[in-house]
Amino acid sequence: SQQVRGMATLKMISIRLKSVKNIQKITQSMKMVSAAKYTKAERELKSARPYGIGAQEFYKKAEVKDEEGEKGQLIIAVSSDRGLCGAVHSSIGRIVKTDIAASPNTKVVIVGDKVRNILQRLYAKNIAMVVTEVGRKPAVFGDAALVAQSIINSGIEFSKGKILFNAFRTVVSFRTTEMPLYSQNAVANASKLPVYDSLDSDVIQSYTEFSLASLLFYSMKENATSEQSSRMTAMDNASKNAGEMIDKLTMTFNRTRQAVITRELIEIISGAAALETKN
Amino acid sequence: MALTRSALRLFSGRFTQACQVRGYADAPSMSLTFAAPSQVLYNNISVKQIDVPSFSGSFGILPAHVPTLAVLKPGVVTVFENDGSTKKFFVSSGTVTINEDSTVQLLAEEAVPVDTLDISAAKELLAQSQSQLASASSEVAKAEAEISIEVSEALVKACE
Repeated sequence: SQQVRGMATLKMISIRLKSVKNIQKITQSMKMVSAAKYTKAERELKSARPYGIGAQEFYKKAEVKDEEGEKGQLIIAVSSDRGLCGAVHSSIGRIVKTDIAASPNTKVVIVGDKVRNILQRLYAKNIAMVVTEVGRKPAVFGDAALVAQSIINSGIEFSKGKILFNAFRTVVSFRTTEMPLYSQNAVANASKLPVYDSLDSDVIQSYTEFSLASLLFYSMKENATSEQSSRMTAMDNASKNAGEMIDKLTMTFNRTRQAVITRELIEIISGAAALETKN
Repeated sequence: MALTRSALRLFSGRFTQACQVRGYADAPSMSLTFAAPSQVLYNNISVKQIDVPSFSGSFGILPAHVPTLAVLKPGVVTVFENDGSTKKFFVSSGTVTINEDSTVQLLAEEAVPVDTLDISAAKELLAQSQSQLASASSEVAKAEAEISIEVSEALVKACE
């Protein structure tokens, strides 16, 4: 019966070996694809950074502060639809969860399915809007404008707001960051607003709407770059792990194969010896 | 095109450095960041003057301009650089922010150098938008066609 077990184990090991080799091929090709997408994303991010930083300048220079009020908080969580990219989506989900726990009157606009899956179970009633079909193609300004328009059209009111995204640092690291969002009232009551000449509510409205789209666009670009670089690293680690498993399995396979051969030899030889002694 | 543009930016940067070393008594400088989502035209570059088309009228921005916010209309932005050269860009829409410390952020949705515009394509776009307005049924479609006409009229004007 040990012989039978040996043969069965051999078959099982070879099946497992084949499947791990396939997985390694898949993760390696995913890493290549991510590397190509990352290069493109990083290039587009470099062009988008001055735009994104410029869009935040007014709020800093005019010292705009969150509105005093009880209209609650708005969080725009930027992620994407695809996984296998390390901690990119879970870090955003974690921060949203702690924020909602701290201030329950929070509405979340989710860009991308992954964070929706994280929040769906416990915080479904805080989810105001979900944007899907995110991440397959690089984001363009029109996408951000569409999301911004939907947010404006939905009439969500908030006293305090932020955009949560992963800011790209280097190929191996990203940082989950938040960009503040201010309502029109907050801008109108900014301490340094009187310094700005000839402003009426129309200009402030157009300005805040355009700036919402601009900030969203910038955060989408940063997040996309972080996601691709994180996926590259994750798939690279997966390939290395698969490689280690293949080495170990190959060793086990060879040892098992030799054990089976040895067992067969022993049986043959002991059978022959038994026949000889009989004679 | 991009090579000459970046070379010019480098040149104007060095020139302003030399200017500052020579005469601090000059007018205070104005730092311009002019960018579109897909490209940067000026990133914190010191310039002399900027003319912008806005919904509250076209105006020129000089150093120490009063702080203000404005919404851009489709039209031509003219940047007068420190070395005396002038650059014209067509912008489709966007915002301009002038802060207290004379920093200017010009964020355009689309910005292209005027000499890359093709007048025949612009005239074709105008004709198309006019026919769109004629055949528009809903308020939204009408508004979109009117926006298209405004942009194409400005494009044709910029080419001339």
